[in-house]
Amino acid sequence: MTQTLSLNRRSALFAAAGLGISVTFLARAAHAASEGGLAQRKLVVFICRGAMDGLSVSPPIGDANYQPLRTEIAIAGFGQPNGALQLDSTFGLHPRLETVHALALKGEARIAPAIATPDRARSHFEAQDVLESGQPATQATSGWLNRAMESLSATRTVHAMSVGPQEPLILRGRMEAASWSPGGIKERDPRLAQILTDLYAGDALLAPALASGLQTEAMAAIATAPDLNAMAAPPAAMQPGAMQQQPAAAAQSNPQQLQAYAAQQQQQAANQARKLGDTLAKFMLEPNGPQIAAVSLDGFDTHANQGAADGQLAIRLRGLDAAIDGLSSGLGPEWNNTVVVVATEFGRTARMNGTKGTDHGTASTALVLGGSLKRGGIIGDWPTLQEAKLFENRDTAPTVDMRGLFKGVLAEQLGVDRRALDTTVFPDSAGVEPVAGIVA
Amino acid sequence: MAIDLALRASIAATRFGLGARPGEIAALSTDPLGALKAQIRADGADQPSGDFESSVQRVTDLRALQQDRRQARMDGAPLDPVKEAQKMIRQGAGAEFLGRVALASQTDAAFRERWALFWFNHFTVGQKNLQTAVLAGPFEREAIRPHVFGRFEEMLVASTSHPGMLIYLDQAQSIGPDSQLAGLAKMGLPALKNLGGLNENLAREIMELHTLGVGAGYTQADVTEFARALTGWSIVGLNERRRFGDQDAQPGQFTFRPAAHEPGARHILGNTYPAGGLEQARAVLHDLAANPATAHHIAVKLAKHFIADDPPPTLVAKLERSFNTSGGQLGEVATTLIDAPESWVAQQRKFKTPYEFLISGYRAAAVTPGPEIVPVLTQLGQQPFSAPSPKGWSEDATDWASADGVVKRMRWSEAFAARNVSLTAEPMQIAQNTLGAQLIAATATAIGRAESRAEAFSILLMSPEFQRR
Repeated sequence: MTQTLSLNRRSALFAAAGLGISVTFLARAAHAASEGGLAQRKLVVFICRGAMDGLSVSPPIGDANYQPLRTEIAIAGFGQPNGALQLDSTFGLHPRLETVHALALKGEARIAPAIATPDRARSHFEAQDVLESGQPATQATSGWLNRAMESLSATRTVHAMSVGPQEPLILRGRMEAASWSPGGIKERDPRLAQILTDLYAGDALLAPALASGLQTEAMAAIATAPDLNAMAAPPAAMQPGAMQQQPAAAAQSNPQQLQAYAAQQQQQAANQARKLGDTLAKFMLEPNGPQIAAVSLDGFDTHANQGAADGQLAIRLRGLDAAIDGLSSGLGPEWNNTVVVVATEFGRTARMNGTKGTDHGTASTALVLGGSLKRGGIIGDWPTLQEAKLFENRDTAPTVDMRGLFKGVLAEQLGVDRRALDTTVFPDSAGVEPVAGIVA
Repeated sequence: MAIDLALRASIAATRFGLGARPGEIAALSTDPLGALKAQIRADGADQPSGDFESSVQRVTDLRALQQDRRQARMDGAPLDPVKEAQKMIRQGAGAEFLGRVALASQTDAAFRERWALFWFNHFTVGQKNLQTAVLAGPFEREAIRPHVFGRFEEMLVASTSHPGMLIYLDQAQSIGPDSQLAGLAKMGLPALKNLGGLNENLAREIMELHTLGVGAGYTQADVTEFARALTGWSIVGLNERRRFGDQDAQPGQFTFRPAAHEPGARHILGNTYPAGGLEQARAVLHDLAANPATAHHIAVKLAKHFIADDPPPTLVAKLERSFNTSGGQLGEVATTLIDAPESWVAQQRKFKTPYEFLISGYRAAAVTPGPEIVPVLTQLGQQPFSAPSPKGWSEDATDWASADGVVKRMRWSEAFAARNVSLTAEPMQIAQNTLGAQLIAATATAIGRAESRAEAFSILLMSPEFQRR
């Protein structure tokens, strides 16, 4: 029985037919699959904190205004080196979203390129509260995923899990949710060192201490990374009679080695993200494992030196892509029972700012992924980036209410009924139509 | 008024206290000076809540343990039960430290607690072996906390006669060279073949660290004479009752051993102390406490601890005068510190020690530390009850604001913030609650731009104005 349950309906039937299994069993298996259908369905929500830049996640290459608005941080066009990965005539994906692109080509990933919550304050905390609670920030005490579980609790037991040291608001509420945190990784705030370096400018005591401490920390990491030392040891040290240089000292004298260190750190981060996705998949495959999971990813607030195909945003997107890769491949056949939504609290300004970054904006891109998505184009309309169409003459204008996407996914993937969606899961949202046609 | 009430309230909470808890600055803002003075009380500092053993109980346990170990060795029995007992005793000391950090993180009378912490550091007992490891806590509870607002001399006597100090600075075994016991040892009495001699350690540190201060004009001869006067100041051993027939003696209690005391008059700093047993050293302590050099030494240390590594001489002079005119009444000295305008300058000139930093972080989050604080303190260089020398922990910013220290504080902050920041709190409100008028614009901007509550809280904890006080 357990065996059957781990297969989706189509593959179960196929397997049964191929092996000539008796009709009775086949019928029973089919029945089990349909009955267990909803119970097997899985939903994973990635919250990308810091306001992920939709115009870099899914660059509208075919929109004539995109390149002039973004100039140096615009993603290059289709077919160019490090260019966008093409989805259709207008949209591509960021070159570091290779997994997402491969899934999209199979009809297993779609974008909603102009989506936003009803919040317009452009404050991270407030907008995250609205995104996760599905309510105005002032009433944000529980999350919509938790209330969705609650609405399903009369018909079936749904297990949930959050990934990270702290339970995110989206899963907080009356229903129990497990939590898991990959040791150490999630606690690092990749931006903090830079923020403090700026904040300590002019502090004669703290500025030099932090700078030197960070350098030592990096050196220590180099010194304990054997592969890198072997790779980048300066040839001079190898000459006969040359004194053996300490790895840290060698790195200090060799900027290339620091670069190699940075590359290695990024590779490591991507590996960790892939491992995170894979581990989450293993949890979800366990008997009585979670059908619902929420994952928080930080570091998307790119006010300065955002980068294009490479750079700080690219590093974060590579991590997101790796996590999705780990999750989708880790789930194996169960990927067909899974929907993943990637959302952020708001988007970023359409124009590049004065520090080669972007500031707080409005609409951004959400990703919807899964093995059984209905094929289709972009979710929602594209308002274009014509100056007159920009929201408040600065941001991508929203054409889809984020709640509509969440409602559509909850209805089609988990079978949450409309009444609950309109009243308890997203209170006072009867006027917000669920996005239809997401899951096949 | 030179500076406004709001700034005074935040200075009261951070420079005089242990960092603001939510609501603390608001509560202090009506009358910051009055609120601090109201924390001064004759019966001393608060005691950590918990059922912690007295020094007498701890010494009894230790001596019993030593006896068991000897017995076990002789029997060739497995040593495990001894190790277990050792662990038990150490755990008792660990629980005591957690009681202490719980008090520090929760108290509303944070100035009172900081004042007590200053005096414990002044009369340092650190763990250098199992004995001192388990006695540092009782020393603080028994010899320091009850006396922190009383007369300095009372605390000096309580410290000098406490088993923790007597063991830490090797006084318990100090024997007068011409004492009765030394005479018996010279005659070859087998029981006394391991008898020690004069130990100057405690006498020197009392003069150098606890009272006069280094360079106050005392000589090696003064130290030696004081050490002779102190001979006989010891503690009751485990087998004391059998040995001396003293029915009231409890192992671990202070006792004066006439047989170990060096006979004769002593000459110290120009004064003559006639032969007089226990009272001889007691009289020396009285004079040391009243010595003007002591008043100056204490005034400098207080000003350094509370106000600046390089304190204003006018403040030192005020504290010194207060100490002298009040006869070392520490409550008076505390009042003088609070009343001095030098204490309220806006500029923050003190960098928090790891203990102060962590406690203020827990207070900002309104969280009580658990055992997780111990390894963090150790990593940051301030292992519980383990000051590196009798001089205590350093007061100097340069010792604590090291490259390694700052990065470790940053790493702790991000982990602590991720685990403890309230999911519903408004970060700017936390910053206001924590720093009040001391919050600077650049920090407020960075907090406003933070992309998560945890990041905002990390920035607050690592802000230059939170690292200082």
